[in-house]
Amino acid sequence: MRYSYYPGCTISATGVEYGRSIDAVCAALGIELVELEDWSCCGSSAAHALDHELSLSLPARNIALAQPSGLDTLMPCPACYQRTLNADKHLREDEGWRKEMETLLGFTYNGQGRPRHLLDVLGNDLPAEAITSRVKRPLKGLRPVSYYGCMLVRPPELTGWDDPEHPVLMDRLLVALGAEPVSWSYGVDCCGASLSLNRSDVVKTLVGRLVAAAEEAGANCIVTVCGMCHINLDTRQQGTQMPIFYLTELMGLAFDLPGREEWFRKHFTNPLPLLKSLGL
Amino acid sequence: MIETVTSFSEIIEARSGEPVRTCYFCQKCTAGCPVVHAMDYQPAQVVRLILLGRKDTLLRSTAPWLCVSCETCGTRCPNGIRLAPVMDVLKEMALQEGVAPAEKKVYALHQSFIDSIRLWGRVHELSMLMEYKLRAIDIFTDIGMGLQLIIKGKIPVLPERIKNLEQVKALYRRTGR
Amino acid sequence: MRKIGVFVCHCGLNIAGTVDVKRVVEAVEEYPGVVFATDYKYMCSDPGQALIQKAIADHELDGVVVAACSPAMHEVTFRKTARAAGVNPYLTEIANIREQISWVHEAEPDAATVKAIEIIETIIEKVRYDEPLEPFSLPLVKRALVIGGGIAGMTAALHIADAGYPVVLVEREAQLGGKMGQLSSLYLNFDTAPDLLQSRIEAVTRHPNIQVLTEAEVTELGGYVGNFTAKVNGSEPFTFDVGAIVVATGFDLLPQSELGEYGGGRYPDVIDSLQFEHMLAQGEIRRPSDGTLPKEVVWVQCAGSRDPELHKPYCSKICCMYVAKQAMAYKQRVPDGQAYVFYIDIRSQGKGYEEFVQRAMTEYDVLYLRGKVARVFAEDGRVVVWGVDTLSGKAVEVQADLVVLATAAVPSAGARDLAQRLRVSTDEYGFFSEAHPKLRPVESLTAGIFLAGAAQFPKDIPETVAQASGAAAKVLGLFAQREMVQEPTIAFVDEELCAGCGLCVAACPYEARVMHPWKPIAVVQTALCQGCGACVVACPNKASSLHNLATEQLLAMMEPVL
Repeated sequence: MRYSYYPGCTISATGVEYGRSIDAVCAALGIELVELEDWSCCGSSAAHALDHELSLSLPARNIALAQPSGLDTLMPCPACYQRTLNADKHLREDEGWRKEMETLLGFTYNGQGRPRHLLDVLGNDLPAEAITSRVKRPLKGLRPVSYYGCMLVRPPELTGWDDPEHPVLMDRLLVALGAEPVSWSYGVDCCGASLSLNRSDVVKTLVGRLVAAAEEAGANCIVTVCGMCHINLDTRQQGTQMPIFYLTELMGLAFDLPGREEWFRKHFTNPLPLLKSLGL
Repeated sequence: MIETVTSFSEIIEARSGEPVRTCYFCQKCTAGCPVVHAMDYQPAQVVRLILLGRKDTLLRSTAPWLCVSCETCGTRCPNGIRLAPVMDVLKEMALQEGVAPAEKKVYALHQSFIDSIRLWGRVHELSMLMEYKLRAIDIFTDIGMGLQLIIKGKIPVLPERIKNLEQVKALYRRTGR
Repeated sequence: MRKIGVFVCHCGLNIAGTVDVKRVVEAVEEYPGVVFATDYKYMCSDPGQALIQKAIADHELDGVVVAACSPAMHEVTFRKTARAAGVNPYLTEIANIREQISWVHEAEPDAATVKAIEIIETIIEKVRYDEPLEPFSLPLVKRALVIGGGIAGMTAALHIADAGYPVVLVEREAQLGGKMGQLSSLYLNFDTAPDLLQSRIEAVTRHPNIQVLTEAEVTELGGYVGNFTAKVNGSEPFTFDVGAIVVATGFDLLPQSELGEYGGGRYPDVIDSLQFEHMLAQGEIRRPSDGTLPKEVVWVQCAGSRDPELHKPYCSKICCMYVAKQAMAYKQRVPDGQAYVFYIDIRSQGKGYEEFVQRAMTEYDVLYLRGKVARVFAEDGRVVVWGVDTLSGKAVEVQADLVVLATAAVPSAGARDLAQRLRVSTDEYGFFSEAHPKLRPVESLTAGIFLAGAAQFPKDIPETVAQASGAAAKVLGLFAQREMVQEPTIAFVDEELCAGCGLCVAACPYEARVMHPWKPIAVVQTALCQGCGACVVACPNKASSLHNLATEQLLAMMEPVL
């Protein structure tokens, strides 16, 4: 299996352990990732907040770069994924703008190289045995809540996710890893990550609510597939020690892949005591 | 006195692509908004003010700047109105008309972010955050965490510049930035 | 002596579970006049009824007592059974030993059995004195009177006339059409009201079965269902007989002058919705004060409606929709004008109604402001409207060129007086009362008088037409009978004993007792008498009496229980 790979800016910075665990897990699963040559930033929340045009044209450049390979583009970051889907929609629907972009970026849009989120690929492109057969250390005793966040599933007309209010894909994968996911009602609530630096007061409220809800549901950790959610939940929880995992970190743990101790050391909320107590 | 009411809602509809005039004020958007507690006007009130043509009030409101574009309102709206793009239009409009952003730090971060992309093609967090701190005049907040991030190797010290930066700059020039 | 049979029903265990039916049969068998008595599991079943008929034949019975459930359940059943076997139905009576005995004395079966015997004996006495009676048949005048020539009255008249019956249509104004005649266009399709109405008016005026009396009012009504006599004071006074009446007198708008807080009646540029309709119909929207084109127009909904403290507590029901239509019609003619609507709630319940209001907001840019208007006053040649937009929490001030008040709908002038003349009841606001809010919405509480349209409560055109069709169906149902049938168990006057004092006339609650036109006696208006017995009590001479409840009969009935 081959995918074009768009890591996004977070992977080389605050989401470094996300990137490393993706590399390791994909290698173990036989997923070949071909990093998009000379990719640029999608513009994230900032571009669409200040400049509508820029929020479309920045991801369009990456679509142009991805197209020649004809491969779907795997994206670990929900924001990159959502912004790229949005630009792709405009390329499809707004002919005048598409022509402008084609001239500027030197390509002819053909709809190839569809943006795909990592969770979608792991959950939908692999047969279930591909995961279960690789599990060497079932995550027994780990009771995670699946945290999808906002941008992965919304707006549904763009992302086409299974159920924008109650998605289940991540829970399915966690069960395959031998974990015991706990159901809760906050899986698609927003953590406010884009305000993490400048309105941390607002964000601390949101994060506090999420962590409290996870605790109340009886969870011992939160699992995410978003670099923004991860750093936000990991650093902005107050007075709690709720470990926040990337799904791929847990896959690496269950597959018994090397290098994972280094991933966990990058966390602010130390997950090692929990893993140790569970014999993982 | 209500100023040129309908023309304003028409402009918002045209720029955002969202049918704000179909709103019947069930308040579902307000009820589900994660950041409503921090806003000066609730999401449904923002729609209301649009229909009332209260442009000045809206361009000075904190609501558009605090909207995190989580799309919860748009997903649930019975009339199919997504407020995230509407909030974006209001922010863009404020900047275009020279109205000082109601949430200065929020604006400062966004601006530093897109400046960073123009410089490197990607975001270089360390230099981006430094610019933000200067813009926001907020040097010391989270400084400890910043150092830890560097120690943990989560913020690379040196930026990576993409090869075809000229193309990205062309995209910026197109928008007049 | 009458030969009476007594039939005791078990009603399964309903009666037999408490009352010792065998003992009852044994006891009543011995009662004077009883020639046959028996019991059966279900007397109302086919074999039960066959048993009664066989006994009538075998024992040549001429009186029947069925001891069973309430007469409300099966009196008709058993009277039919007896009649088929040759016994006059009014010589068949029910002794209620279920509701009055077994169901209420479950704990005391012995006493219950004794009481059952006594009740049956009472009814045996009644049958002994009963006279054979036959129902009265009364003439039925198959002509209808329709009061009100709006869309409601015209619709009802047309249905009745189309079925072949003559109709007299009385209209107070010089022209037919009523309120619909004052409208310009109609929701939901902006149909032209005059065009739609004209076809109806022509159908009515050309109909060979419809006689239209305009500038006329019903001044007097006598008689009863099937036999009313109406007097009308048209260009020449006119008296005629009708069998049924449809009241379709419509509504009026609350006078604006009662709405002081909205400047109603004070400022020329504050008008009501019918005045605005008039402008639309004339094709020219102009400010009454200076004849200029109004560019900012405010509609005030619930002007006098939903206001229990100052005006009417009810929702006038039609305003939400016509205001949306008026605002849209205004925007069609003045595209650069601004229309505002102040409202409390939008009530758009009807097929396509909600979508229509949404079109006003989205396609026509009518600005809906949720909140009541506090005050309207004049300033610098404009009309200033103060209100609050409760959705944004902002106070709103509109400098309007024209204010249209959607004033409350009230019963049309004179409706209360007419109701009195017709002996029909009205509600506290003067709207005609229906016989039952759910199951009899087109009938009044007076037999033979039916209701159509906004006379009963504000209604829009489709609802009015539906109710008028229903009223017509009720009239036709009445006319489908060959004659009026009346129960014979009513009062009569013994002319020998009557002194003509008139006390019974005053006592009768149904106006069924009148003085004879020339003899000094009282007479019964058969069709109106309900057999209540008030006249019997009132009469000092014992001249008033009820058929099959005569005084000596009642005394005899008391004997067994004393």
